[in-house]
Amino acid sequence: MRQTPIGNPIRRVDAVAKAAGTLKYVADYHFDDMLYAKMVRSAVPRGKILSIDLPDLPTGYYFISHKDIPEGGKNQLQMIKSDYKCFAENEVRFIGETIGLLVGPDRGELEELLSKVDISYETQPYSVTIEEGLECKGGPFVGDDNLFCDFTIDKGDVDKVFKNADRIFEDEIRTGWQEHVHLETNGAVALCEGDKFVIYVSAQCPFYVRKSIAGLINRPYEDVIVRQTATGGAFGGKEHFPDVLAGPLLVATYTIGKPVQLIFDRFEDSAYSVKRHPSRTRFKTAVDDKGNIIAMDIDVVYNAGGYESCSYVVLQRGVFHATGVYNIPNSRVRGRAVATNTFPSDAFRGFGAPQTLFAVETHLNHIADSLHIDPLELKRRHFLKKGDVTVTNGHINENVVLPEMLQQVLDQSGYPEKVRTYEKGSYKGIGISFYNHGGAFTGNGEQMIIKAKVRLKKNRNGTVDLLIGSTEMGQGLQTALIKIVADALQIDPKYVRYPNPDTSKVADSGPTVASRSTMIVGKIAERAALSLKERWNESDELTVEEEYEHPEGFPWDQATFQGDAYIGYGWGACVVEVEVDPLTFEVNTTGIWSSHDVGVAIDELVVHGQVNGGIIQSLGYAAMEKLDFSQKTGFKQVGLSDYIIPTSMDFPSQRCTLVENPYEYGPSGAKGMGELVFNGASAAYVDAVSRAVNRPIYSIPIPPETITELIS
Amino acid sequence: MITEIRFFLNNREVSITTDPLKRLLDVLRDDFHLFGTKEACGEGECGACSVLKDDKIITTCMVPVGAIQGASIMTIEGLRESERGRTIIEAFADGGAVQCGFCIPGMVIAAESLLAEHPHPTDEQIRLGIAGNLCRCTGYDLIVDSIRLASERGDGLW
Repeated sequence: MRQTPIGNPIRRVDAVAKAAGTLKYVADYHFDDMLYAKMVRSAVPRGKILSIDLPDLPTGYYFISHKDIPEGGKNQLQMIKSDYKCFAENEVRFIGETIGLLVGPDRGELEELLSKVDISYETQPYSVTIEEGLECKGGPFVGDDNLFCDFTIDKGDVDKVFKNADRIFEDEIRTGWQEHVHLETNGAVALCEGDKFVIYVSAQCPFYVRKSIAGLINRPYEDVIVRQTATGGAFGGKEHFPDVLAGPLLVATYTIGKPVQLIFDRFEDSAYSVKRHPSRTRFKTAVDDKGNIIAMDIDVVYNAGGYESCSYVVLQRGVFHATGVYNIPNSRVRGRAVATNTFPSDAFRGFGAPQTLFAVETHLNHIADSLHIDPLELKRRHFLKKGDVTVTNGHINENVVLPEMLQQVLDQSGYPEKVRTYEKGSYKGIGISFYNHGGAFTGNGEQMIIKAKVRLKKNRNGTVDLLIGSTEMGQGLQTALIKIVADALQIDPKYVRYPNPDTSKVADSGPTVASRSTMIVGKIAERAALSLKERWNESDELTVEEEYEHPEGFPWDQATFQGDAYIGYGWGACVVEVEVDPLTFEVNTTGIWSSHDVGVAIDELVVHGQVNGGIIQSLGYAAMEKLDFSQKTGFKQVGLSDYIIPTSMDFPSQRCTLVENPYEYGPSGAKGMGELVFNGASAAYVDAVSRAVNRPIYSIPIPPETITELIS
Repeated sequence: MITEIRFFLNNREVSITTDPLKRLLDVLRDDFHLFGTKEACGEGECGACSVLKDDKIITTCMVPVGAIQGASIMTIEGLRESERGRTIIEAFADGGAVQCGFCIPGMVIAAESLLAEHPHPTDEQIRLGIAGNLCRCTGYDLIVDSIRLASERGDGLW
């Protein structure tokens, strides 16, 4: 039996080294003879490259381009889709697309040379917005319709219900780009080690990087070793994007034979990196004469930018979360990801779910307004519960504790009383939102695609090494998994070591994405530890390896998207209270309350930190993180003086609680939670502001200037 | 143009002969190999490159090394050797202030600067004290709690 509950906080294993500044991030690595690289990028959103004129390169300086890819190598990055080119060849699809690398020993000289590279283009009309993409402005550049993907899922009989509906509500909700702003920018170093190539990189998924770039030089995966360096934040921005640095660097080091470092400065990292997908979600919702929602017809479009990368998968998650935490008896959801000439959109905490969850919450608020009831009344009436059928005709397989979570946030926030006393338009408002997040890969992806493995090694001195590809990027995974293994082995966590992965030395436990690492990898690690415990006395040194086992009885058809898209969900409820300045329309947030079901917390302090950070990032998304297209630099708000993220002064301290709800298939009952905590606060904030100014709101972000426009 | 700059670095007198317009950040990282000082924005917005100059907090990406002639510079590498520094670091570790860690050395410097001025700060003073340091992971609450914890544990140190 366990002596103390696993959730009791321990000191994070990486905390002191990080606080004392002794932990090495990628920019802190230096190698003999190391050269530096600067990226040569497209300056136009769409066009044909006519010529590239280089200045005279001094000795020891190189220009690396697609021409340096050796025979047999393919000029592509193998992400989920392999359409992303390592180097643009004849055409460019967006501002900032990689054309080449300038490489050499002096960074100042490289800057100077870069300013003298002269590329001429035959420019073409380009598309930026979802509408321009759908209209194929300038002619389609993906297929004949600019659509990377287009699919529909049906539940019940939507058409029949609409014929007999009492009332029908139509709505259109939009969300904008969001930049990750991991405090550490993207960076990587490539070098040769014997006959192998090594990439040091700030990244979430070292095995993804290896798979993505080995084909550039026509080598097997094993010939490219990826070593993850301490990663200063990622949030999805270091899921596939590190390939965009590592690929050209690999070609450079292959060609030159010396170590080459590429570290983005903040301007580059914000102007020329992937973003959260902007979205447009249209609803047609049927309501019966008792005010119950009986059908929803939903049309979701995500702006995917110039390459598909992982947009199809992001869109799937958006579509599967489009009816929120509600049981809608009949639904149809169509999803499309449209190509535009903007920097590719990619993974960002929530992975497509935040857009549709914001949309459905806001849409329900609008319906509630029309029905003259509080949104909470409309929403709680439709809460999903165990056994309910999902949009993909699967089932909710767990007890849903939303009513308990709701009670907590109501009690703490005083929501019922405040709703009564804050009149609409009184410049005071309180808002509420509900959300969930399906844990791990969709459907049977863990079983069919990922096939995660975990390796544990017992050493002679009695310590145990956890050798996996999963990464610490700030979310606390090293601490969580060490606790899980130590708990199963019944040893002190200090005897378990979990080094940053090196793909030549660890088992591939899958990418560190999709809120899967504690829930899926943690469960395999728990089984591996129990197996090691059983065999502990067999030998002084011992290695055990375990593989993912899919629970029985959760059917899924990936071809038709039918069945249990997710076996377990995390759940959330959030209340936000605001005061709006009647002159400047600046919003002062006066209270934030949340309750979450993460199964069982593996470390309550780590979960607390995730909740706080996720909610503030979500409030930034709604309140201030405005990102517009610019013909000059791709995005207008580049750098941290223009792209505004929350500071310590922008939001008050939060009250957050958990409702324990052990998940049968997770380690010690844990579910995923890193993305869940991002998914809902933006809707609660917008609800509060909307009530305070008595105006419906249809899109985010809503900085003060946008609220001013709403009022006038 | 190349000039000799003499200053005190973590209580030790040092000199460097360099372009006086070189950023202090680059001097610390490239010439003195002090990697605890991080670059995150390069425009004085985020505070990741904070150090103390004559006990006042500065962002080293905005300061040319020529401007510190004769000054005393304290980086995280120096601060962590002091009891005050250790107290803040331990409190950050115990209070859950650290996630990705990239902003944290700068936060520790900001906490030292704040506590030197307000040994027992209110939460409002703490929030103001770290307002120049951006963190994308924590939402700041546990950093505020940890600075309060450092203030309590280090009673009398400041």
